[in-house]
Amino acid sequence: MSATDRQRYAARIRAMAVAGPLSRLRGWGGVAAMALACVLTAAFALLPLHHVSEGPSGTGSQGVADARQALAPAAPACDEAQPDASLGARDIDDGPKIEEIRDRTDKPKNKLVVGIDQNSYLWGYRNPNNGNLEGFDIDLANAIAKAIFGTYTDDNGDEKVNIVFRAVPTNQRIPMIKSGQVDMIVRTMTISCKRKADVAFSTAYFATGQQVLAPDNSKITGFDASLENKKLCVAAGSTAQGALEDKDYGADTPLVVPNQLDCLVRLQLGEVDGVVTDSALAAGQAAQDPTVELKGDPLATEYYGIAMSKDPKAEDLVRRVNHELDQWRKDPAGWKKSYAKWLAVPLGDPGAKAKPPAPNYSD
Amino acid sequence: MTYLPSGSAAPPSPAAPTLPAVPPQGTPPPGPAVMPERRSARAELTDRLRSASTTEPGRLRIIGAVIAVLVIAFGAVTAWQMAERSSAADDVLHRSAPLSSDAAAIYRSLADANTAAASGFLAANEESPKLRQRYQDDLDMAAEKLSTAAGASRGSGQSARYIEKLNKLLPEFAERIESARTYNRQGLPLGGAYLRNANDLMQNEMLPAAEDLYEAEKKQLNADYADAKAYPWGAIALGVVAIGGLVWAQRRNYRRTNRVFNHGMVVATAAGTVVLLWLAVGHTFAYSGLSGSYDDGVRSLNALNDARISILQARSSENLTLVSRGAVTVPEGKPKAGEDFYDVEFQKQMAALGDKTKGTLGAAWKLSEDEAGDAPVDRTVFAVTEWKKRHTAARTLDNQGNYDAALAGVIGENGDQSKATGDCFDLADKSLDKAIAHEQQDFRSAAEDGRGAMTGLPVGAAVLAVLGATGAVLGIGRRLSEYR
Repeated sequence: MSATDRQRYAARIRAMAVAGPLSRLRGWGGVAAMALACVLTAAFALLPLHHVSEGPSGTGSQGVADARQALAPAAPACDEAQPDASLGARDIDDGPKIEEIRDRTDKPKNKLVVGIDQNSYLWGYRNPNNGNLEGFDIDLANAIAKAIFGTYTDDNGDEKVNIVFRAVPTNQRIPMIKSGQVDMIVRTMTISCKRKADVAFSTAYFATGQQVLAPDNSKITGFDASLENKKLCVAAGSTAQGALEDKDYGADTPLVVPNQLDCLVRLQLGEVDGVVTDSALAAGQAAQDPTVELKGDPLATEYYGIAMSKDPKAEDLVRRVNHELDQWRKDPAGWKKSYAKWLAVPLGDPGAKAKPPAPNYSD
Repeated sequence: MTYLPSGSAAPPSPAAPTLPAVPPQGTPPPGPAVMPERRSARAELTDRLRSASTTEPGRLRIIGAVIAVLVIAFGAVTAWQMAERSSAADDVLHRSAPLSSDAAAIYRSLADANTAAASGFLAANEESPKLRQRYQDDLDMAAEKLSTAAGASRGSGQSARYIEKLNKLLPEFAERIESARTYNRQGLPLGGAYLRNANDLMQNEMLPAAEDLYEAEKKQLNADYADAKAYPWGAIALGVVAIGGLVWAQRRNYRRTNRVFNHGMVVATAAGTVVLLWLAVGHTFAYSGLSGSYDDGVRSLNALNDARISILQARSSENLTLVSRGAVTVPEGKPKAGEDFYDVEFQKQMAALGDKTKGTLGAAWKLSEDEAGDAPVDRTVFAVTEWKKRHTAARTLDNQGNYDAALAGVIGENGDQSKATGDCFDLADKSLDKAIAHEQQDFRSAAEDGRGAMTGLPVGAAVLAVLGATGAVLGIGRRLSEYR
């Protein structure tokens, strides 16, 4: 990656980090229309169910299944244009989910169990020199756990946040939330309507987009015909995997690995020609290997959010997290500090222009 | 034997085996000329024998020839069968046993290299030079044993294929571990990804190939044992027939001449009896020596090697539980679905190890039969019991969210692992090493005793058979000379 390339790429990422809130403002106008759409969809979805339950039993069961399928995606009222809309922020401290975490016995008591990655450089990774988990996501998870569950003093007299980290492979993020093995996932997880059918998301905390990463001297130029007959690598269960399933640009069946960083290993070993992942993660890969670079423009802008249980009884945690995210965005020792520490240099140092995406609330 | 004197059909026994190959009747074969010719040749021989058997000198000649042939055949078959067993015992001692223990050593050093690499990763910047050295020694040992195995492995194509595969993968594994280290030193998580990649290569390709090699060599060892221990029935049967023939001929001689001893035939009988006794006693000793070396040596060694592999795999799983931080769970639809995959593996290995009453350690305990063999197994059982206790404590800490304390419970703190599970692993590993060395010695001395019992038998049998045949021919010749 040459110096100019690096700057160009950095400018792109910067543009996205800044463009987040702008595109949001344009979106505000559609809120009323969206609410209307939600009501209508729900009404239409419920209508057939009502009919079927009264209908003849012969076709009834099939009808119910169809109706449920039709109902499922409509239920979370997700607008494809604004998947990042989340529940309104509230400073709740005695909600059912938060109380449950404080008193539980089946999992660490009064400790927030957070699913993270330990392989995403700059985001969530295990520093091999001291064994500690570090990165932007780790900072965020610590800030939220500290605000809600506080700290304790360990045997060595050090102050520790009441948090337990669980490493989660990309394709286990949703199953681990659904099974309750973790309370939340803070792991460069892109908010999407498809995922919102299974989990609840906080408001967005970062803007990114899918991009192709390939060696400097590769003929790949981005999401175009240059991908024809190329072997690409994606992480199982990632947005990139879905994107290539929707449109493959003539590339071979991609190699699917547990983690995006495994893709860089495969690229270095010559087993694949390129890697498709979020530009924010790709920046972390390029920072580890100066002979690879990002090619072409990212696909549509996407947002990272914190995933939590969709259970209505756990709504208090989502609202509280949104509240803490608001604080973190405003706090000079919050978003800005972590951005400066981890991402500013690899993303080309956008300086004061770097801002978190503004929160988008659905109620 | 009783039909020998009548001599009409049986005497041509030396020729008999070849005759059935050309069935004389029934088939209308190619040339009509062949049949009469064969029949006449056979008829001629029968005529000659018939005429010879009508006179006493003729009968004596036939008896002398048959007995000489029997004694020589007895000696030859004994020499051949015992040479075969002796060389199989030699193979057990010098080829298949060392090869199977080499194969076990290859498996062990590969698994140990992988464990050492993962431990080094967990210890981060505290990775001790000792751990690094251990990893390097493991790689050297694996490479060395692979090259010996390649040189010594007999034609069996399968072993050669496994060795070739391992030879190809070993440098790839080492290269990935080196990449992991380089990136680790730079503080980049890419190092961890390379370590996972190397671990996958080891678990999915190299260890299965090493296990297949071990199994193939074990099979070869068992086959060599079977060859060395097989009863020499052919030699024994021929010996009984030859001595029986000699006794019958002497009794006949006594009846006809009233002479008690025919010196030649007495020498022949004595020689035949010595060979038969030597054969019986020698083989019995060899059999018991080899059986002893198998029961006390090989079976103990198998149990100890299995135990050692379990210990290495358990340690590796224990490390990976902490490396992966719960990232890998048992997939749906399998028993214990959703639990930590590596901890389930750990428990599986611990169950396979067992204690003094069950598992591979139980087998090793039962098979070890002296103080020197008992002590290291006893220490291993103690270490494993303590290990399980400390492991449970460390898991509880980790499950409560105290990762740092759990890590300290596994790899120790500030270079001191006297309270960690690593201490138990080291003790168990070292004790098993000692037990294996001891059993190896037991095996070698018992197998050497077994092979020693057969020393000289082939040559002795050949010499004595020639002596016996000469005696028989001279003895009969002496009687024969009375008719001239």
